[in-house]
Amino acid sequence: MEILQLLLGGFSVAFEPMNLFLVIVGCAVGLFIGAMPGLGSVNGVAILLPVTFIVPPTSAIIFLAAIYYGAMYGGAVSSIMLGIPGASTAVATTFDGRPMAVQGNADKALVAAAVASFAGGTISIVLFTLFAPPLAKVALAFGSPEEFALMMLAFGTFIGLGGDDIPKTFFSIFIGLVLSAVGLDVMSGEPRLIFGDISGFFHGINFLVLAIGIYGIGEILWTIETSKGTVAVASATVNVQRIIATLGELKKSIKTMFMGSFIGYFVGLLPAAGATPGSIMAYGMAKTLSKNPGSYGKGNIDGVAAPEAANNAASTGSMLPMLTLGIPGSPTTAILLGGMVIWGLEPGPRLFVEQSDFVWGLIASLYVANLFAVILNVAFLPLFIWVLKLRFTVLAPVIFVLCVVGGYAPTQDMHDVWLMLLFGVVGYLMRKLDYPMAPMVLAIVLGPLAESSLRQSLMISHGSPMVFFERPIAGVTMLIAALLFLLPVFQAIKARIKGVNQGNAGKLGDNSAGS
Amino acid sequence: MKISRKMAFLPALTLSLAALAGVSQSVVAEGWTPKKPVEFVIMAGPGGGADKMARLMQTVIQKHKFSPKPFIPVNKAGGSGAEALMHLKSKKGDDHIVMVTLNSFYTTPLRQPALKVQPLDFTPIARMAEDTFLLWVGKNSGINTLDDFVKAAKAKGNDWIMAGTGRGGEDELLTSYLNRTYDLNIRYVPYKGGGRVAKELVGGHADSTVNNPSEQMGFYLAGDSKPIAAFTGARLPLFKEAPTLTELGQPFEYYMQRSVVGAPGMSDEAADFYREVFTKVYNSEEWQKYMKDKSLQGEFMTGTNLQDYWTRENNNHKVLLSKIGEIKQ
Amino acid sequence: MRKAEFIMALVLGVFSAYLMWKSAELPIGWQKGIGPGGGMFPFWLSTGMLICCVWILVRWVRRTSPPSQSEEPYMDHQTAVLIGMVVGSLTLMIGAIHLVGVYGAVPLFFIWYMRTLGRHSWTESISLALITPVVTFFFFEILLHITLPKGYLEPLFYPLFELFL
Repeated sequence: MEILQLLLGGFSVAFEPMNLFLVIVGCAVGLFIGAMPGLGSVNGVAILLPVTFIVPPTSAIIFLAAIYYGAMYGGAVSSIMLGIPGASTAVATTFDGRPMAVQGNADKALVAAAVASFAGGTISIVLFTLFAPPLAKVALAFGSPEEFALMMLAFGTFIGLGGDDIPKTFFSIFIGLVLSAVGLDVMSGEPRLIFGDISGFFHGINFLVLAIGIYGIGEILWTIETSKGTVAVASATVNVQRIIATLGELKKSIKTMFMGSFIGYFVGLLPAAGATPGSIMAYGMAKTLSKNPGSYGKGNIDGVAAPEAANNAASTGSMLPMLTLGIPGSPTTAILLGGMVIWGLEPGPRLFVEQSDFVWGLIASLYVANLFAVILNVAFLPLFIWVLKLRFTVLAPVIFVLCVVGGYAPTQDMHDVWLMLLFGVVGYLMRKLDYPMAPMVLAIVLGPLAESSLRQSLMISHGSPMVFFERPIAGVTMLIAALLFLLPVFQAIKARIKGVNQGNAGKLGDNSAGS
Repeated sequence: MKISRKMAFLPALTLSLAALAGVSQSVVAEGWTPKKPVEFVIMAGPGGGADKMARLMQTVIQKHKFSPKPFIPVNKAGGSGAEALMHLKSKKGDDHIVMVTLNSFYTTPLRQPALKVQPLDFTPIARMAEDTFLLWVGKNSGINTLDDFVKAAKAKGNDWIMAGTGRGGEDELLTSYLNRTYDLNIRYVPYKGGGRVAKELVGGHADSTVNNPSEQMGFYLAGDSKPIAAFTGARLPLFKEAPTLTELGQPFEYYMQRSVVGAPGMSDEAADFYREVFTKVYNSEEWQKYMKDKSLQGEFMTGTNLQDYWTRENNNHKVLLSKIGEIKQ
Repeated sequence: MRKAEFIMALVLGVFSAYLMWKSAELPIGWQKGIGPGGGMFPFWLSTGMLICCVWILVRWVRRTSPPSQSEEPYMDHQTAVLIGMVVGSLTLMIGAIHLVGVYGAVPLFFIWYMRTLGRHSWTESISLALITPVVTFFFFEILLHITLPKGYLEPLFYPLFELFL
C-alpha cells in the first residue's frame, strides 16, 4: 500500500506542467536520436546529463527517462522503416518489422511496435511495483554459471531464427562470437586477434559497426540489386481507419505481448544482461510457440509485438540491478548511474528505503514517458511514412551518409567506418548465398558476456563443466537450452521420416527442415 | 536542451558580433583558450569509478563555465586502458584532448611493451585525488579481523576466491601482495567493473574483494559487506573500524591515482589553461563533497610535482609487477 | 550460383583457419592456476567455423543446399557494374573524409550519386548536397556534441563553434 502511495506521488510529480513539458520535449528529441542509425539513448542521455544540474533532480530524472524511452521507440522506427537497428535491443524488431514495411504495412508495424511497447511498459511497471525488492535477491543469486546458462538459452533461440541452412546458421553464430573476441581479452588483458597490428582493433568490434554495415549498407546494396537501380517507391499509406484496423488485429497478439513482457522483465532484472537477450528470447519463444512459425520473418505482426514488448519491459527491469546493485545493464543505465552520483544518490540495497521518492519518481516518470512516446510516435506516423515514400535514389545516399556518420559516432574512429563498409559488402555477398545474418549480429552482442561468464565459471570450478548443472538455476536453464538446441534436429528427423514415407529420401528432408 | 539552445542563440550571436568588432583582443590577452570542443577521453567504460568521476568533472566544468568550449567525454575502455593510451599517443601535440587516468597508466604499458607507450612523456595536467583500497568480506562470513581472514583463507586454500577488476591491475597486485605476505593461495577471478565485483561478494559468489570505497559503499551502508583492513597510511574517516595494514604489522600502502593528462607535446599555453580549469574543479564545492563522500585522499598536484610523482609510482609498479611475474626483468 | 557457393565456402574456410592460427597466439588450453587461456574461446569457435565450412562443402558436393543446385548466375553483369559503382563511390567518399572531412566529402558524394545513379536535376542534387551537411552539423556537433572528422577543413569551423557553442 505504501508503495502504491509512493508511486502515485511519483505520478503527481511527473504531471506537473514543467515536468510534463520536459517529458514531451525529451520524448521528441529521443525519438529522433534513436531513429538515427548508430545513435541511441546513450547519446541523448550523456549529453543532457550535465544540463540536468540546472533543473531540480526530479525533473532531471523525468527528462532523462523521456529521452530514454523516446530513443527506444526511435530504435524501433529505424528498424522498421530502414531495416537498420538503431540499438542492439531493436535487432529482433527488424525481423518482421522490415518485411512489413516492404509490403506496404509500415504503419501497421509502427502501431504494433507502439502498442506492444506500451503493453510491455505497463506490465513491467506492475511487476516492478509488486515484486521489486524481493527480486533484487534473485539478481544477487545470479553468478557467472547462471549467466552462462542464460546465454546458452539465448543462443538456443537463435537456432530457430537461422532458417534454411543449418551449417550456415551455425557458421553465422560462430563468426559473430569470434568477432566479439577481437580486441583485448577482458580476463587476461592481452591483445587478441589484432589483425595486421592495426590499433583500431584494440577496442574490439562494436556491435553497431557490424549491424550498420550489414543492415544499412548491405541492405541497400540488396535493394539496389533487386530493383536493378530503377526508382522503387515503397507503397505506404497511413490513415485513421488503418490504425483502428491494426488495433483490432492486435487483439490476437495480446498473449504474445504478455509473454514478451514477462520474458523481457525477468531477463532485464538480471545484472549485466540488459534488454537485448530479452528481446531475442521473446521473439524466439513467440516463434517456437506459434501455430504458424513459417510466417515469422515474413511480416508477422506478432514478430514485431513480442520483441518490442520485451525490450520495453526489460528497460524497466534493468532499473532494478542499477538501483539496488549499482550494476548497469546497458550503456544508458551506466550513464544514469553516473547521474545518480552527480545528484548525490548512492545505489545500493538501501536506496529503496532511503530514497524512495527518487526510486518511485523514476519508475513513474518512465511510465509517463512511455505513454507520451506512444502518443508522439502515432503523431509522427505521417512524417515517417513520408520518408518511406522518398524516391530510392534520394533515400539511398541519405542512408549511406547516416551509416557513415553513425558508424563513426560511437567510437569516433574512422577505422570503424572502414570496417563497417567491409562488413556491408561481405555481408551482402554472403547473404546472396543464404547465409543468415541475424545470428551473427546477435552473437557479437552476447559474445563477450558468454565468454567471460564461461571462463569465470570454469575458474571457480577448477575447470569442471559440472558447475553449470549442479547449481539449481543454472541447471534448469541449461536443460531448456539443450532442448532448444536439439529442436531442429528433431524437426529434421521428423521431416526425414515423413520424406521416407513419401518415398523421397534424403534430399527433400534437408530442404524442408527449415524452409 | 533544444530550448536552452535557442535561447542561448541570440546572446551568442551578439557576443560574437561584439568579438568581431574588436573586443576579441581582450580574450587573446587572457591566454590560450580552446578553439573547438575538447575531447575528454575516459580510460574506462561507462559506469565505472573513473567514468562517474569524469562525468562529474565535465558537469562541474559546464555548470560553472570554467571553459568556453565544452568537454566531450569519450569512453575508451579497451584493454585496461591500452586503447586510450594509444589514442592519446597518436594525438601528439594536440591541444584539444585530455584524458582521465588511473593506475593502468603505469601497469598497462609495463605489461605490454609492444604498445610502445611511454606514460612519462604525456603532459601532466592535474592529480585530482587518490582512491583508496580496503579488504572486504561478506557480512555472514564470520570474519571480523585480518587474522580471521588469514585463517579462513588458509583453510580453504586455492578455493578461496578473490574477485577483482581485470587482470594485472590494482586488484590483482593487492591479491598477490596478500598471498605473499600471509602465505596464502587465494585464487583471483577477474570481472569487468568494480560494481560487478562488489555484487559477486554480496551474492556469495566470491569470498573477498579489494574494492574502492565508492564501489562497496551501497552494500556497506546496507550492512551486506564489511571492511577488515585498509591499504592506507591512516584509518579512513568513513571506515574507522578497519585498521590499516601498518597497524597490523605490515607497513604497506597502495593508492590509485585519479589524474588528468594531456597528449605528449601539448603546448605550454594549453597545458596552463587545463591546469587552471582543473584547479578550479578541484576547489569546487561539488568535487570536495565527492572526495569526502567517496573517501578519496590526496592533495591537488600539478606540473613537475606530478611528473615526479609519476616517476616514483612508475618505478613502484615495475617492482610490484615483476614480483607477480607479469613482467620479466 | 553453384560456383559462388563453392568459392565462398572455400574462402570462409581459409579465413576460419587463419582465425584459428591467429587465436593460437594466446594460450588455447588450460593454464594451471589461472584457468582457460585467452585464446580458448576464439580458437574453438573458429574450429567450429571451419567444421561448418566443411559441412557446407559436403552439401555442395552432394548438391543438397539450394545454392549448390542453382544454375542461375551469382550476379549478372548489369548488377555487378551497378553494385561496383555504388561500393566504389562509398569507398571514395570514406577516403575523402580523411582529407576534407565529412562536410567536404558528403556534398561531393551526394552530387555524384544523385546525378549519375539517380539522374536527378542539378537543383535537386545541389540543394540536397547543401542541406544534408548543414542538418548534420547542427544535429551532431551542436545538439549532441559529437565531433565529426573535418580533415584539412577544420580551421574553417572555428568561427562556427565560436558562434554556436
